[in-house]
Amino acid sequence: MAVIGNNGAGKSTLLNTIAGTLPADDGELTLAGHNVTKKSVAYRAKWLSRVFQDPKLGTAGELSVAQNLTLAQQHNGSMSLSRYRKASQEATYRELLQSLNMGLEDRLTTQVKYLSGGQRQALSLLMATLSHPDLLLLDEHTAALDPQTSKKVMDLTQTIVETNHLTTMMITHKMSDALTYGNRLVMVQDGQIKLDVRGAAKDGLRQEELMSLFAD
Amino acid sequence: MLITSIGQGLLWAPLVIGVFLTFRILDIPDLTTEGSFPLGAAVTVSAMISGQSAVVASSLGFLAGCVAGWVTGVLDTKLHMPSLLAGILTMTGLYSVNMHVMGKSNVPLLTQKVLTNYLPATWSVDLQTIIVGAVVTGVVIAVLIWLFKTRLGLSLMATGDNPAMSAANGIYTDRMVILGYMVSNGCIALSGALIAQSNGYADIGMGIGTIVIGLASVLVGEIFLHGRQMWVRLTGMVLGAIIYRFLLTVAMGLGFPVDDLKILSAGILVVVICLPILRTKTRTRQQLKRYLKQIGADEHEAESTSSLNRQASPEGLLSRDSK
Repeated sequence: MAVIGNNGAGKSTLLNTIAGTLPADDGELTLAGHNVTKKSVAYRAKWLSRVFQDPKLGTAGELSVAQNLTLAQQHNGSMSLSRYRKASQEATYRELLQSLNMGLEDRLTTQVKYLSGGQRQALSLLMATLSHPDLLLLDEHTAALDPQTSKKVMDLTQTIVETNHLTTMMITHKMSDALTYGNRLVMVQDGQIKLDVRGAAKDGLRQEELMSLFAD
Repeated sequence: MLITSIGQGLLWAPLVIGVFLTFRILDIPDLTTEGSFPLGAAVTVSAMISGQSAVVASSLGFLAGCVAGWVTGVLDTKLHMPSLLAGILTMTGLYSVNMHVMGKSNVPLLTQKVLTNYLPATWSVDLQTIIVGAVVTGVVIAVLIWLFKTRLGLSLMATGDNPAMSAANGIYTDRMVILGYMVSNGCIALSGALIAQSNGYADIGMGIGTIVIGLASVLVGEIFLHGRQMWVRLTGMVLGAIIYRFLLTVAMGLGFPVDDLKILSAGILVVVICLPILRTKTRTRQQLKRYLKQIGADEHEAESTSSLNRQASPEGLLSRDSK
């Protein structure tokens, strides 16, 4: 599902409310059958993952690539007193990083702060999907990247989402991305949903039509 | 003099490790230190006077510090106070608590058996101090190394590094911050307990300046020993505590009156904050110079680039030419 809208239309507010960083004024929020309207961000993490717009936000810079992946792998058990480092994990991590095709597989012990923005964002994406969330939130996750890297990360997103069959909600400014990816498009304006098309209707949608809706 | 510094440094090491935990791992400057250090001393001395053994009394001191840390942690996370203010509030409140615990502003130990008395009396005081300090600090370090190898420890580090990401990955960051405050202030109070036993008394004013001592020792330790592994970092803290004590002992030996030690502490802190910044600056300048040489820029060009850089001093240029 792609969410599109003007600046200040309420896209991010919608996403932050789902993620739990903003409290809901009204209504109820149900995630995988659980009412989470008043629950904390950490509690909701059992079912959802998020990729932030800023690559720096999605990863812990002081920690190594492997440590970041460990954190993302299990969203519960963060208070556990068992050792987190297991040799068997490393091979899995290496394989996963290889699939990103960014040369990260040999940098498991590198601190994430030394990676490039594109690498960090790709890692964030991998981390967000590692726990097989019921809902994946993408918050304009390619906006801070150059066009080439942005394209690469978008393709990666497509592959990961399709192979893992993840329900995904992507916020974007790019109309072309909103039209190309996903099977449902929601347009937000002035805090209201203005357009909600899915399936064949969405495939038939043209950029010009969308533009004219924006202009209204 | 060095031997005495090692002994005293080891007694102060838990304080430095405690400050390291909040300052470096959680990225919080925690002023509770100034209150939890005398709290540890007060609780331990009072417990010993009422007949508890030194081991039990020191453990009580540690636990009292944990409680103090919990209070600051709750003020910080649940009541959303800025961490500096939360620390100041707890520290101020602890002054009264410490007075109540001690009953008066200075309580001496009389005939009570302190930790060093468990060792053979024939050994010198310095040796006794070093052994007690080494054992206690060793235990603290061992537990912390184990902690940071667990998933809980990893969550703690992640919380200090990136709270937003940690929460998004299912870490209850508030709990982590409170836990960090508790462990940190427990260590600080433990250090207070050791110092009180070494001095032979607990004093209401013994916490003044401890945060500066702690921060300065953390930074000194990092200058001499820096690495990413937890055991290296913690050992660096012990080293920092010892070197800091040594510096103070040297200053006292030079005839500085005891009252001037606080301003000296502050001065040392300023110097150790500035040193790494200066070091990075010089290093960057050297790298730039090397790079310019590498890409074939001639000497004249390199010099004019340097002179554009206002920070490049003439001495710096000379020293580089001679290399």
